[in-house]
Amino acid sequence: MTAYIIRRFLLLPITLFGVTLFVFGVYSFLDPAMKAALYVRDIPKTADALERIIHKYGLDDPFHVQYWRWLNQVFRGNLGWSKTAQRPVLDALLYYFPATIELVLWAAIPVLFIGIWLGILSAVHHNKPIDHTSRVFALVGWSFPSYVYGLLLLMVFYAMLRWLPPGRVSDWVVREVNTGTFREITRIYTIDAIINGRPDVLADVFKHMILPVITLSYIQWALLLRVTRSSMLETLRTEYVMTARSKGLSERVVIYKHAARNAMIPVATMGGMLLIGLMNGAVITETVFNYRGMGWWAANAATQLDIISVLGFTLFNAVILSVGILFIDILYAVIDPRIRLE
Amino acid sequence: MKILKQLLRNPLSLFGIILLLFFGLVAILAPWLAPPPNPYEPYRIAQFGYSPTPKPPTGPNPFAEMWAIITGKSDFSDTHPFGTTEGQYDVYYGIVWGTRTAFLAGICITAITAIIGVAWGTLAAYFGRWVDTIFMRITDIFQAFPFLIAAITIAAVLQPKIGRSIMTAAIALIVFGWMGYSRLIRGDILSVKERDFVQAARAAGAGHLRIVLRHILPNAIFPTLVVASMDIGSYVISFAALSFLGLGAEVGYADWGQMLSFARNWIPRLNQYWWIILYPGLALILFVLAWNLVGDALRDILDPRLRGRISV
Repeated sequence: MTAYIIRRFLLLPITLFGVTLFVFGVYSFLDPAMKAALYVRDIPKTADALERIIHKYGLDDPFHVQYWRWLNQVFRGNLGWSKTAQRPVLDALLYYFPATIELVLWAAIPVLFIGIWLGILSAVHHNKPIDHTSRVFALVGWSFPSYVYGLLLLMVFYAMLRWLPPGRVSDWVVREVNTGTFREITRIYTIDAIINGRPDVLADVFKHMILPVITLSYIQWALLLRVTRSSMLETLRTEYVMTARSKGLSERVVIYKHAARNAMIPVATMGGMLLIGLMNGAVITETVFNYRGMGWWAANAATQLDIISVLGFTLFNAVILSVGILFIDILYAVIDPRIRLE
Repeated sequence: MKILKQLLRNPLSLFGIILLLFFGLVAILAPWLAPPPNPYEPYRIAQFGYSPTPKPPTGPNPFAEMWAIITGKSDFSDTHPFGTTEGQYDVYYGIVWGTRTAFLAGICITAITAIIGVAWGTLAAYFGRWVDTIFMRITDIFQAFPFLIAAITIAAVLQPKIGRSIMTAAIALIVFGWMGYSRLIRGDILSVKERDFVQAARAAGAGHLRIVLRHILPNAIFPTLVVASMDIGSYVISFAALSFLGLGAEVGYADWGQMLSFARNWIPRLNQYWWIILYPGLALILFVLAWNLVGDALRDILDPRLRGRISV
């Protein structure tokens, strides 16, 4: 066990080194003049101004020199200046991160519960109407692009019915935040509203959260449903389940105590994939709903060619996901000893 | 032939095949269904004026108007069966020519990605040892990036270099799509390469290239092909997503994702301007659904071992 954990931890720096190398590699794809334009707001209108800037900041140095210089700055937390957010990239990332985490965590709830529950149900009722229905739901789930789905939801529930608005919170909440009557502590508004003791703000947050959560979670629970179903089907055919049945245990106990627990082991490996899927989906969902999170900001920065911000965002995501997946893998090795032998 | 017969017997895949045939026909017949005003730039959506507000579909029956256009009794300047978007781009024209973009995106991106992935995975598995270690470590690094986020980065960096076009989106998706295929083919090759017939070929003096191409790949590539066929739909979605975010096809290009991005400016009044989202959205959904239905059935027929396995 310890050996496995140590090995996995030793691999992490290698992956992270590769990640930084790649991000910088993408960046050095640009010409020195383009790089200069990214950093300098007003290039003086003299003939050799551009060359002087390139020379001063060493933008035409060899790759490894520039890479080393950049890496040093990254380790000090300097990811550059974001033109779209009007603040340092790291500050902007930390500013928008709570909003994204709030969305992703809320979306994880329906993913886990609906996905696993429907998966078990459709395996137990194999080839019955409920199985067919959930199959259709799953198939539609990964044929529906989330942006079409989100726009259709907005069309019905916002444009038509005026029930569930886009955005993160209503204007009056923003005003209260600006005037200081509503204190931002974690910037995860669900928690902040509870700390501040403001049920009206909490209700407003929920009202804005419902549609993005549905949009973000649908495809993920559709995937989880299929995996749970096939794993559960396999488990239900094993001999120990037959033994449990022949002992005269109730069907409930057989399914939830004996079968489902073991069927969850392969499902647990999906953890990392779900996390990646949710972070990916957050970019699209936040853009569709104008939900001011990390993904919304990055997509916006990308269209405005604020490449420094986009690179910082990518680096940030790759690092937190590498670490997140490492922990999921270790957790998985704790649950299932067989995995350590691979 | 046997495969096709089985595909036709399953009602779901039959529906998928009919849909694909329909889209294929639309793509082939595009110049007749929607004659381009400028024959040299057929992928630019026909544009009528510059008014910023979308105009509703003309007349009560879109099919009658489509027929009028097809028979040449009328053109887009006076009939817009599916309405126009902001900037007066004709929705019907965009959907018809967008079918070609969708086919091109789905098939070409999947094919190129799969070829790169297979080549990479084959090299790693065939030569084994340190080659394998290094190649798979590099694969790990690429997989550390969330697919769409990485694609956005590549698209953003490519834009100042080669401009905003469908090529930007395609390259971005290819660069971050191949890893799954590498892993899959690597596993299958590892189990094939020590088999007796490979040893026999080696003993007979066959070179590396011949062994790989004639003896190993044909026996290992099947699962990868099945997974690739199932991925076409999701590549179409991702490609359109980049256009939707404003990083793929340029404004006015016949691409469904690009057309959908117009809807982002009209969210408070989408019920009034429903045609700018409903028609391109429906085209995209049906197209992806068709590929997924066929891919799903194909997997069940060709490789029951893969049933329930998913690929993203």
